[in-house]
Amino acid sequence: MRGVNDLGKRTVIPFGPQHPILPEPVHLDLVIEDEKVIEAIPSIGFIHRGLEKLAEVREYPEMVYVIERICGICSFGHGLGYVTAVEGLMGVEVPERADYLRTMWHEMSRIHSHMLWLGLTADSFGFESLFMHTWKVRERIMNMFDLTTGGRVIHSVCKVGGVRKDVGGEMLERIASEVRDIRKETKELTKVFLNDTSVKNRLCGVGILSEDDARDLCAVGPVARASGINQDLRLNGMCKYGELGFEPVTGKSGDCYARCKVRILELGQSLDMVEKITSVLPDGPVEVPVKGPLPTGEFMMRLEQPRGEAFYYVKGNGTKHLERMRVRTPTNMNLPSMVRMLQGCDLADVPVIILTIDPCISCTER
Amino acid sequence: MRCNYRVQNFEEIETGDLIGRVREFKTEGYRMCQICASNVEGGTEVLYSFDKDLELFNIRVTVRPGEKLESITGAYWPAFIYENETHDLFGIEFTDSRLDYGGKFFRLSKPTPWLSKDEGGE
Repeated sequence: MRGVNDLGKRTVIPFGPQHPILPEPVHLDLVIEDEKVIEAIPSIGFIHRGLEKLAEVREYPEMVYVIERICGICSFGHGLGYVTAVEGLMGVEVPERADYLRTMWHEMSRIHSHMLWLGLTADSFGFESLFMHTWKVRERIMNMFDLTTGGRVIHSVCKVGGVRKDVGGEMLERIASEVRDIRKETKELTKVFLNDTSVKNRLCGVGILSEDDARDLCAVGPVARASGINQDLRLNGMCKYGELGFEPVTGKSGDCYARCKVRILELGQSLDMVEKITSVLPDGPVEVPVKGPLPTGEFMMRLEQPRGEAFYYVKGNGTKHLERMRVRTPTNMNLPSMVRMLQGCDLADVPVIILTIDPCISCTER
Repeated sequence: MRCNYRVQNFEEIETGDLIGRVREFKTEGYRMCQICASNVEGGTEVLYSFDKDLELFNIRVTVRPGEKLESITGAYWPAFIYENETHDLFGIEFTDSRLDYGGKFFRLSKPTPWLSKDEGGE
């Protein structure tokens, strides 16, 4: 039996892999002293699927269907990253209209991912009505995906050489109108997320990741940007971000609130880009025939997924099957930062801090 | 800060030069991005990626059967994720790791499932 003299001694509390806050399995050994976390040791690998290995037995054009199924949230981005990598390997240039459509869907994907995250975060600190309002707005984006690609979660619209579906003028008008409505509703949500006292109480000053730590721990995505690092792969020349005047959103304080604020501001930015695309989308084809020799050589591609930088490495051997295909997802890179954020936090803040890196174990266990 | 994602930088080095080269990247302010292993003839190729201002640089070493690779976790601690993954899937041993899961990073139905048959994999 523990007595007064035992207070202050360290205890290891297992957190996960099954936990109400975690939709997917990740485990943490939390070393606790009283109510403070001293150290956190992460464990993943409960559901590793080995999808990369399938590239050796699936033909490279059909592998996109597997890649999209790495994750139901980042589905479009995974497909886009993979086909862009194969296009880089084969020297394929996609038509301008296809590039704009890819940019539009990629930003729509970011909107629904960030809204999903905002809802889950509200849920994690017990603000259920905010959670439901956020997901209600998110539903409109899911419907727009359904309207334009035929799928809410898995879109199967990216292909090597372009996109499988075009978006007509009437549909573009509807998207623009939906975006205007979503922007109004998002403004209301923004007020609550950024100004409400109960939200601030749970997020401000919690789980701080300094800029130096973020650099040292190689953080990516909104996690890095909230700590003041101006790093966003949308500046790497892919898709049409250059034409849309994109500039990254950054924060300063590196706490849970800053990570929330960066994502909220990115929502508005993505809505602006989608609306702009509906008005500047050029006429023309949406795909080119892919001819020529089968893929050889290697190509390293990366793009900015909603959660951060993702890698797609492809290596061809002159056959229809790739010799190696590799995906490195943002959560892989943000786990070390999460460990640092947890050091010194209250046990009660652990779920919120874990959520603020927007962990996707489905991606990580590709 | 804009760049061209189509520019590809790959450099091949000897395993003995790995730590020195990685420390150079660290000193120059590069961010470690990922480590990727692949089966190649006569061993396993390990590709390390580093980024600075969105310019990506990849260095490649080839590990021969039975050869060990020095861990880069001394320079880049987050590399433990990839080194443990590479160990569990390809069977490459990393020495002096700052966080070694001892083969328990992934729960796998059989050890080193991605090691090529030529190197002793199933």
